[in-house]
Amino acid sequence: MTLLPAAAKAVSPPRSRPRVRARGNALVGWGFAGPFAAVFVLVFLAPIGYAFQLSLMRDRLIGGTDFVGADNYVQALTDARFWEGSARVGLFLLVQVPIMLGIALLVALAIDSGRLYGKAFFRVAVFLPYAVPAVVAGLMWGFIYGPRFGLVGNLNEALGLSLPDPLSPSLILASIGNVVTWEFVGYNTLIFYSALKVVPRSLYEAAAIDGAGEWRVVTAIKLPAIRSALVIATIFSIIGSFQLFNEPSIMQNLAPNAITTSYTPNLYTYSLAFSGQQHNYAATVAIVMGVLTAIIAYAVQLRGMRKG
Amino acid sequence: MITNPADAPSDTVERAVRPRAVPDTAVEPGRTPVARPPKARPRRPKRPHTPLNPRPSVPLTLVTGLVLVYTLLPLVWLVINATKNQQDLFDSFGLWLGKDFRLWDNISRTLTYDDGAFVRWTLNTLLYVAAGAGGATLLAVLGGYALAVYEFPGRRAVFAVVIGAVAVPGTALAVPTFLMFSGMGLANTPWAVIIPSLVSPFGLYLMWVFAAEAVPSELLEAARIDGAGELRIFFTIALPLLRPGTVTVLLFSMVATWNNYFLPLIMIKDPDWYPLTLGLNAWSAQARTAGGEPVFDLIITGSLLTVVPIVVIFLLLQRHWQSGLAAGSVKE
Repeated sequence: MTLLPAAAKAVSPPRSRPRVRARGNALVGWGFAGPFAAVFVLVFLAPIGYAFQLSLMRDRLIGGTDFVGADNYVQALTDARFWEGSARVGLFLLVQVPIMLGIALLVALAIDSGRLYGKAFFRVAVFLPYAVPAVVAGLMWGFIYGPRFGLVGNLNEALGLSLPDPLSPSLILASIGNVVTWEFVGYNTLIFYSALKVVPRSLYEAAAIDGAGEWRVVTAIKLPAIRSALVIATIFSIIGSFQLFNEPSIMQNLAPNAITTSYTPNLYTYSLAFSGQQHNYAATVAIVMGVLTAIIAYAVQLRGMRKG
Repeated sequence: MITNPADAPSDTVERAVRPRAVPDTAVEPGRTPVARPPKARPRRPKRPHTPLNPRPSVPLTLVTGLVLVYTLLPLVWLVINATKNQQDLFDSFGLWLGKDFRLWDNISRTLTYDDGAFVRWTLNTLLYVAAGAGGATLLAVLGGYALAVYEFPGRRAVFAVVIGAVAVPGTALAVPTFLMFSGMGLANTPWAVIIPSLVSPFGLYLMWVFAAEAVPSELLEAARIDGAGELRIFFTIALPLLRPGTVTVLLFSMVATWNNYFLPLIMIKDPDWYPLTLGLNAWSAQARTAGGEPVFDLIITGSLLTVVPIVVIFLLLQRHWQSGLAAGSVKE
């Protein structure tokens, strides 16, 4: 999951004040920014260019590669396994992201309202899972789901129930959604809370004098004030959903029948590249997925930033 | 940093402005002073509840407490089950202790199993975190400072490209990055994990915002007039001012590299170079392979050992998380 500071206003560079020109300005500036730029080119821009180049080629059976133009793209766009995975992460996004951001928003508003006992404890404890590696989160929840010695199995034994198996093919997507929600609820809470903290308190005083109730303050002052934080959190959650890989990859060991090698587009790309050795096609699928993600994220940003 | 006056504990504010209590030994004229028993200090009246200082609410605390239970339950489960042997894992209730308390035994077996693989993975992880997160922080501080302080050609372009890159799914780059590194002979070496970790677009953006706020141009101008060179200005003036932001970027980079899974999964084939995350996953896969020994007790204990250091760091430095995330939203 990539990060951005909370209420970065509609992502724009910070204002810079007029400055006295340093000697050899351009050179000095690039001197400081150069190291970052060099590594950035090596691990971001070069791979993007290389992926594009790969996507236009195909291995011949006997050595060498051929230029095949858009053939790989045609194959990807008509690949049922790719679309099935995309539809799955799309469904995941529509259900999991609103639930996660909704809970995060409620908790942030509760902490910010000053009406909680032990506010500081809430703030720290809810953020804690962010520090837990996805691998540990996946293993931990996987065990808890387990029918053999997990809590689900315990409950079945203790209460004589037969709860549905969270690791079965029909429920595994919801189970993964729960792991992801658990990991990122606290992080999003902190983003929203940070944005709420900088809302000028005088607005609340004015609202109280005008006789606005708590609920009115939330809808009329707080939510509009943290709009950009909400949009940014949504965009990053969308990108995260489309990239879904870690949790299903880790839970594959526990539910091998439910999580196939093309369960999400990213798992598909990974298995194409590293099990199937189909580098050209893997690069193509990755590019198609990246473009799809960018389009949807951009659409959300346009909608979100529109003056309501 | 951004501390909201409304968040400051009220008593410190009041204590600062309250005059010291006058010593209670005022002597009436013509009488020898008698030591009186000290009076009990009057209790400070509690601040009245106003819309800005509302009364805490029990129902709200309970409802929000449900989220807290959800958040902490798996971690509690992890701690409890790290004290069980495999037999107890299967036989006892998940949220209660088993027959034997095996925590210390589990830890020692986790550290020695498979010729001490877990210790080696820990050292690898420390190497990746020190080099990767340390380097990422250094580059982000230098770059962010440059973007905030200098006007140089291409400055706007750097911003646009970096923000655009944040939107590119990191995993989409993984395959071509792996192939490139293979071609350079870097795959399956620590470099393959460290080099990609050095770039933190988030860190760069955060340091840029932070430097624009924290380094006043008047200071730099004064130093230039005094004849200080640009490097000297950076090290003696800017760096101390940038410290809070630096700590935040370092924290986030550390967690990102400590928890990284996808990058090493692709780059590292040799178990001797695994970080902890890959190692734990390999133990988990062992239960599925034919003839593999299931080591659920070691996976659970190892998971606990993997989480503890990062949680401790997190709790000790939690103020810096707050300030860092808020840095993008400073209002005059």
